[in-house]
Amino acid sequence: MAFFLETLFGGLMAGMLYSLVALGFVLIFKASGVFNFAQGAMVLFAALAMARFSEWIPQWTGINNLLFANISAFVIAGIIMFAVAWLIQRLVLSHLVNQEGATLLMATLGIAYFLEGLGQTLFGSSIYKIDIGMPKEPIFILDKMFQGGILINKEDLIAAAIAAGLVALLSVFFQKTSTGRALRAVADDHQAAQSIGIPLGRIWVIVWCVAGVVALVAGMIWGSKLGVQFSLTTVALRALPVVILGGLTSVPGAIIGGLIIGVGEKLSEVYLGPFVGGGIEIWFAYVLALGFLLFRPQGLFGEKIIDRV
Amino acid sequence: MLYRENGQFKTTYRADQQIFPILQDRIVVGLFLLFAFVAVPMLASDYLFRAILIPFLIISLAALGVNILVGYCGQISLGSGAFMAVGAYGAYNFFVRIPGMPLIPALILGGLCATAFGILFGLPSLRVKGLYLAVATLAAQFFSDWMFLRIKWLTNDSPSGSISVTQLQVFGMPIESAVSKYLLCLGILVVIALLAKNLVRGAIGREWMAIRDMDVAAAVIGIRPMYAKLSAFAVSSFIIGVAGALWGFVHLGAWEPAAFSVDFSFRLLFMVIIGGLGSILGGFLGAAFVTILPIVLSRALPAITSLFGYEMSTAGVSHAELMIFGGLIVWFLIVEPHGLAKLWSVAKQKLRLWPFPH
Repeated sequence: MAFFLETLFGGLMAGMLYSLVALGFVLIFKASGVFNFAQGAMVLFAALAMARFSEWIPQWTGINNLLFANISAFVIAGIIMFAVAWLIQRLVLSHLVNQEGATLLMATLGIAYFLEGLGQTLFGSSIYKIDIGMPKEPIFILDKMFQGGILINKEDLIAAAIAAGLVALLSVFFQKTSTGRALRAVADDHQAAQSIGIPLGRIWVIVWCVAGVVALVAGMIWGSKLGVQFSLTTVALRALPVVILGGLTSVPGAIIGGLIIGVGEKLSEVYLGPFVGGGIEIWFAYVLALGFLLFRPQGLFGEKIIDRV
Repeated sequence: MLYRENGQFKTTYRADQQIFPILQDRIVVGLFLLFAFVAVPMLASDYLFRAILIPFLIISLAALGVNILVGYCGQISLGSGAFMAVGAYGAYNFFVRIPGMPLIPALILGGLCATAFGILFGLPSLRVKGLYLAVATLAAQFFSDWMFLRIKWLTNDSPSGSISVTQLQVFGMPIESAVSKYLLCLGILVVIALLAKNLVRGAIGREWMAIRDMDVAAAVIGIRPMYAKLSAFAVSSFIIGVAGALWGFVHLGAWEPAAFSVDFSFRLLFMVIIGGLGSILGGFLGAAFVTILPIVLSRALPAITSLFGYEMSTAGVSHAELMIFGGLIVWFLIVEPHGLAKLWSVAKQKLRLWPFPH
C-alpha cells in the first residue's frame, strides 16, 4: 500500500510537470488555432538562455549571489522569450492567417528546427545546469500510518507547487483582467472578436508571450531536474498525450490530463512494465490517451466537435 | 508554342482516360524515364548514387505512401517512421528466418506487415479526427520504437535491436554495386508510382478525396468511411513499409530502431506538405528538397564561411543547417502554402500561353 501511494504521488507530481508543458500548447491553440509543435524547442531555448545567463551574470557583474543571478537570468530569459514570441507572430504567423491546420503545424515545426539551431548556436550545445536552489533531499510523510512512511522528493513537491501557482496565476489573468477577457473572446470566435474592436495581432503576440513565459518556467524546472540539453525538447513529446487527453482547448483539461497521464505512466511502468520488458512509459501514455479519445474524441474537456454539412 | 493541347483530339475512351492526356507530357515523362534508367547509371559517380540518388528514390517512395494517406485521404499521420520500421523489420524476419527467401517477396511481405500494423493504428481514425488523430498516430511511432528495442524475437535476439543483411540478390543477380541498388530502387519506385497514380485516379481514389474534403458529407452520399479510411491506411502503409524495407536493406545495410525515429516521421510529413498535398509529383519534389538540401548545406556552409576567413566547427555547421532548414520550411510555406507541385502547375499554365499571353 505504501509503495502504491508512493508511486501515485510520484505520478501526480510528474503529471504536474507535464501539464506545465501542455499548458503552453493549449494557450496557443485556444487563442489562434495553431498547434504549436515548437513548444518543446521554446522550452529548450528558454532553459538554455536561463542556464547560460545565470552562469554569465556573476562573471560580468562580479556579484556572486545565487539569488541575484537567478532572478536577473530569469528576467533576461523572459525578455528574450518575449522577443521570440513577437518575432514568430510578426514574421511567420501573420503571413499564415487562415491557412489549414496541417500547414500551420508544419510552420511551427519549421520554427522548432530554427529555434533548436539558434539556441545551440547562441548558447552552446553541451549540458548545462540550472541551480535555483532546489532542495534535493527526500522527505517522509505519513510515517504514523505506514511502516517507514512514504518517500517524497522535496524537489518534485516544490516544482509541483510552482506549476500549481502558475496555473492559478494564469486563471486569474484570464478571468479577471481585461486582456484576459479579450483573449477569451478571441478564443471563442476570431471574427466576432475582431468586429468589436479587439486587435487580433496584438492578442496573438500576448498569447505567444504567455506561452513563452510558461515555456521558461517549464524549462527552468525540467532543466534543474534533468540538466539543460538537447533532449529537453522531447519533453514536448511527452506532454502531447496530456494535451489530447485533456482536450486541445481546455486549460483545466491540461492539468487534469497531466495528472492522469503522470499517474498512468508511473503505475503502468511499475506494475505492468516488468511483464513486458520495461520502458513502456512513453507509449503507454499515448495508448492511454487514445483509449480516452475513443470515448470522447475531443478529449475530456475539449469543445464538442460538431460537423455540419 | 511548344506546350499546347490544341488539335489533340481523343477518339476513344481509352485515349481520353490515359494518365498523361497531353502528348508533350508523355514525351517528357518518357525522356525522363530514359534518362533515369539509361543515362544516370552511365554518368553518375559512386558517391552520387550512395549519398543522394538512392536515398532520394527510397524517400520519394515513402513520401508517395504518406501522400496517399495525408494528401488524398486527409488523415494526418505522424507515425510514418513506425510503418517504415515495421516494413524493414518485417522483411528482415522473413528474409532471415526462411532459408532461401528471395529479396523481392521479402520486401513485399515486409510491406504487408506494415499494412497490418497500419490498419491496426488506423482504427482510431474512425473515431478521432484532425490534430487529435495526428497526435494519436504518434502512439504507433513510440510503440514501434519500444517494440524493436525490447522484444528480442523481432530482431533475431540481437542486442539493442541493431541488425544487418548481406548477400542481397534479385533473380540471381547480386545487388552489391551502387548501380544495381539504384536500378532496383528505381524499378520498384516506378512500378509502385504507376500503381498509386492509377489508384488515386480510380473509384477508390475519389472516395479518399471525398473523405478528405468532408467526411460527413461523403458518408451521406454513400461512401463507407470505414472502408475508405482503412483502405487508405492499408495502401499507404504498404508503400511506406516497402520503402522502409528498402531503406534498411538497400540503403543502410545495417540498422537499429533509432534509424526510424520520430524525426523521420516529421520529415516525411514535411516533404509531403512542402511538395504539395494530393499530388504524386509533389512527393518527389518534396523528397528531393529534403534529401538534397542538407547535403548541399553541409558542403556549402564551411566553404562559404571559409571565404570570410572563419572556420566553422562541425557542431556549428549542423546547428546552422537546422536553422536554415527551419527557416526555409517557414519561408516556403509562406510563399506557397500549397507546395511545390502548385508552383509547377502554375508554370505549366503559363507555358500554355507562352509566348502569346492574352
